Order: sequence, then structure tokens, then C-alpha cells
Amino acid sequence: MKILVTAKRVTDPDAKIRVKPDGTGIETAGLEYKLNPFCENAVEAAVSIAEKVGGTEVVAVTIGNDEAVNNLRTALAMGAERGIHVKCDEWQIDSDIVARILAKVFEREKPDLFILGKQAVDGDSNQVGQLVAEYLGLPQACFASRIEVGQGKVTVTREVDGGLETLELALPALITADLRLNTPRLPTLPNVLKAKRKPVQALTPAELGVDMAVKVATVAYEAPPQRKGGVKVKTVQELVEKLKNEAKVL
Amino acid sequence: MSILVVAEVSSGKLRKTTLNAVTFARNLAAKRGDTVAIAVLGSSVGDAAKEAAAYAPVHVVDSPALANYVAGTFAKAVADLANAVGATAVAGTSSTFTRDLLPRVAARLGAGMVSEVMAITPDGKFKRPMWAGNVIATVEVRTPKAVFTVRGTEFGPADPLGTPGSVTQANVSVTDDGKAKVVGFAPTVSTRPDLTEAKVVVSGGRGLKDKEGFRILEPLADLFGAAIGATRAVVDAGIVPNDLQVGQTGKVVAPNLYFAIALSGAIQHIAGMKGSKVIVAINKDGEAPIFSVADYGLVADAFKAVPELVEEIRRARS
Repeated sequence: MKILVTAKRVTDPDAKIRVKPDGTGIETAGLEYKLNPFCENAVEAAVSIAEKVGGTEVVAVTIGNDEAVNNLRTALAMGAERGIHVKCDEWQIDSDIVARILAKVFEREKPDLFILGKQAVDGDSNQVGQLVAEYLGLPQACFASRIEVGQGKVTVTREVDGGLETLELALPALITADLRLNTPRLPTLPNVLKAKRKPVQALTPAELGVDMAVKVATVAYEAPPQRKGGVKVKTVQELVEKLKNEAKVL
Repeated sequence: MSILVVAEVSSGKLRKTTLNAVTFARNLAAKRGDTVAIAVLGSSVGDAAKEAAAYAPVHVVDSPALANYVAGTFAKAVADLANAVGATAVAGTSSTFTRDLLPRVAARLGAGMVSEVMAITPDGKFKRPMWAGNVIATVEVRTPKAVFTVRGTEFGPADPLGTPGSVTQANVSVTDDGKAKVVGFAPTVSTRPDLTEAKVVVSGGRGLKDKEGFRILEPLADLFGAAIGATRAVVDAGIVPNDLQVGQTGKVVAPNLYFAIALSGAIQHIAGMKGSKVIVAINKDGEAPIFSVADYGLVADAFKAVPELVEEIRRARS
């Protein structure tokens, strides 16, 4: 089988993000970039299926500027066999453009499974997988915590409000990965070196025939109101006294 | 023109979280001169439709094919309904249901979608969080139609209308393409209130070590009829079910009182609870980031402090 996975480049999830004083974006100086944590789960899921199901090819796709290739290489080092890099200015696109690009890549590659991270930890929109599924008329299982591939179908357990739901999807199908799906492997040094030689195909949105007009434009950025830290109390008694008489919440 | 709120129905009943999106829709409608309607979809959802009509006119799509929620089937029904009633916007309160469903509705309608709306600006744009809430973006929808998920913490539940709205059976045909089917559901069994609806939340972190350790939160939660929450690390360790996770990728809560017990306060967790009115943190590490957002911080071992806190609160109340 063939599995397509996403490898989105995001700012380091643990970095402190600061807004530019003029509100036109975030301060990018000194920021490190990583593979989106949810995409790591997606790549791990694809690679571990490939280890179990013989003859499986894993293809990773990223969208972004030239540096996005570095994060695509992380996916290749984890075990994806080849990469696709759709070049564009990642600050000028919305979830819908990403979805329409990915839908075109899907149509070219014709995979049996498309596994994406459930959201990117920068934009936090949580839309792309679902949009792609609708554009392609695919069945979807979002927020997956377990995937089992069967004959012409895949069984997916997903994390929903109120419990765990299990879906059976006919292939081809689309899955978005949640954090509990697996523990992504750390690429070994030999695999990092090997990844440098793996083929990466460069494409442009124009070559894919994707209209680059955004449906939703981000026009300003601001820092959230800062919550001021309060006081430290010394004892449980003092805490209860304050909760009762000052905060009046008891 | 109308704004269609997608109701969330659970076991035949209207979920209260639906009412937060009704408030958002009323605010947006007031700005644009639109009207608000509620879409109730499912199988045998007459009771939920009647409940919803207390807040706005209701369009019902009732079909055996909607007995189980399947994204593709529901998305087509919602989009067809939106077209049938001339809706220019579709909204739902953010939950795993609306996050799963509404992007597909947006794709069908050719609409721009804004996730996790926190506010409507005076000039009709929308504010939403990015980077785990460390950045608030202002976004503009450039399509004639728009789809929204809205944060329940930022829009309060709507009040009922003086006179209930009408309930109309929508003329929408439902088809299941058979590509996806629900084959199992393992519910989280809990007698506690829903995290997003609770007035008090007691959350624990990895410092509580294991299931046994996590139990020290129960008596404290009992005192307030509180919901119990957890950090990602606790959920990952299998100590509590996944739907108790508070944070960037879990639930966003804003109760009157939030207890953060033995959790350090990673930015992803703080993103999910910093809107709480009063935050109490107990952690043995005095340098833990959680203290920078807590109104009251106590540097102490939770295993000692929490039982003591329960005793002291009982005493203070008697």
C-alpha cells in the first residue's frame, strides 16, 4: 500500500513566541523550527504500518519556504522513503489553500491512506485534514489514538468528548493523528545521513493548479492580555483564609 | 439572511454547550441585521429540537441515516440545510464534534472558516488564538459565506427567547455513502460535571505520580461538585481518560475557581486554563511556571497539602 503523510514545519513548540511591536507578525529572529509534533505522530504511524505491511511506501509532503525541506528531512529520517516539497510563502496562505494543495498532491500520488497531524501548533486551526477529506470525498477519522490496517479498510479509534469512538473506513481514507497515537521515534544518526540522499520532488502551487487567494486573511497579531501572578501563601490555613475572605470562592 | 448554529445532541438531548454558539450568532446577527436559527440533526431528535426552539427557530433534519455521527454524511446534511435556508454563516461551539464536522461544511459551502473565535471586532473581523494562545490574531473572512467554531469560554450561554421559536422539518435528503461506519464507542464514565461546564475545576499533573496519587483530588473536587482535569503528561500515562486533558489541544476551560495541583504549567496547559477567574496552584517546586499565572500559590507537597486543604475548607465552611 501507499501512505501519504504531512511534515509541516512549525516554530519550536516550547519557544516563547513574541508579537512584533507593529502587530504585523511574530518575532522570528532566533526562533528554531521543528517538525509539527502531530505530524511526528502521523509519520510514526505511517512508518510503523510500513514495517508491518510489506511493500508499503511512505511519502511525506511539506508546504512552505526553502527551509521547510529541513523538516521534511526529519520525516525521511524517521523512515519515509521520499518527499514532496510544495514551495510557497508559508506566511501568506490559509488552511484552505493548504488543503487544496494537499488534495492535488493526493490526486497525483493516489495513496491508500493519508495521515496528517490533527493540527499545527502554530496556527492551531485544526481544519486541514477535514477540508482535504471533503474536497476528495474521503472518509475521515480525526484525532486518532489507534490505527489498525485491514483488507481494504482501516479501523481507527478516535478521541472524542465523552470517550473513545471506533470507526471503520473503506480505503482510500484520511486520518488525523492525536498525541496518544504513538511515541515518535528519534531518527538515528545513520538514518539522518541516509535521509539527505532520499529524493525530494519540488513543486509549486501553480504547477498543481492551485488558486492562491486566501479565504481567511490574518490581518493583525497581538499579545494576549497578561495574567498577573498573584501572591504566594505560606500555609494551607492562609490559603483558605484568602479564598474565603479575599477571593470569596468558598 | 441567517446564521445557522449547529446544535450538539447527545443521547437525544441538547447539549448545553450549544447555547454559547447561539450567543455568538446573536452578536454577529445584531451587527449584520441577520437572523439566528438552530440546526438539529440526528435520528429521533424531536425532544432536542423542542429544547433548542427555546432559543431560536429550529430546522430539524431527522433521519435514521444520522443515528450515528459520521462526518461526511453530517457535513452534506448541514451544508444542504444551510443552502436551503439561505444561511450565510454556520457556527458551533468548539468541541470534538464541531472541530471534526465544520471544516467539511466549509469546504462544501466554499466558505472561509475561523476556528476558536474569541471575539467579534467592531468592524466585523474575528479574534482567535494562535501558538497555544500566546498570540491573538485578527482575521478577516473574504468569502460570502463563513463557518465558525467559537470558544465557549468567551461567549456565555444564551438566554431563552420570550416566545419559543418554530420547529420546521427541513427538506433535506440524507445519504450515507457507506465509506465510514461507527463500530464501537467506549464512553468515559463519570458522575462529575463536564469540564467545560463546571464552575470549579481541580486539575492534577505528573507530580501526583499514578492513579492512586491522582485520587487525592477526589475529596477536594467533591467539596465543590467540581470537574477533574489533567495535564497531557497524566493523560499520556493513562492515569485519566483523554477527554480530561486541559490545554492547547484538549479542553479550554474558564471556571470561577481552578486548582492546579502538582503540575508545572507548561505553556500548552496554561493555554487551556488561564481564563479562569481565580487560580490556585500547589506545587513543591517554587520556580514552576504555574505560579506566574496563579492568584494564590502554595509551595508544598500536594500529598500533604491537599488533604489538609480539604479539612481546612470544611472547617471554614462550618
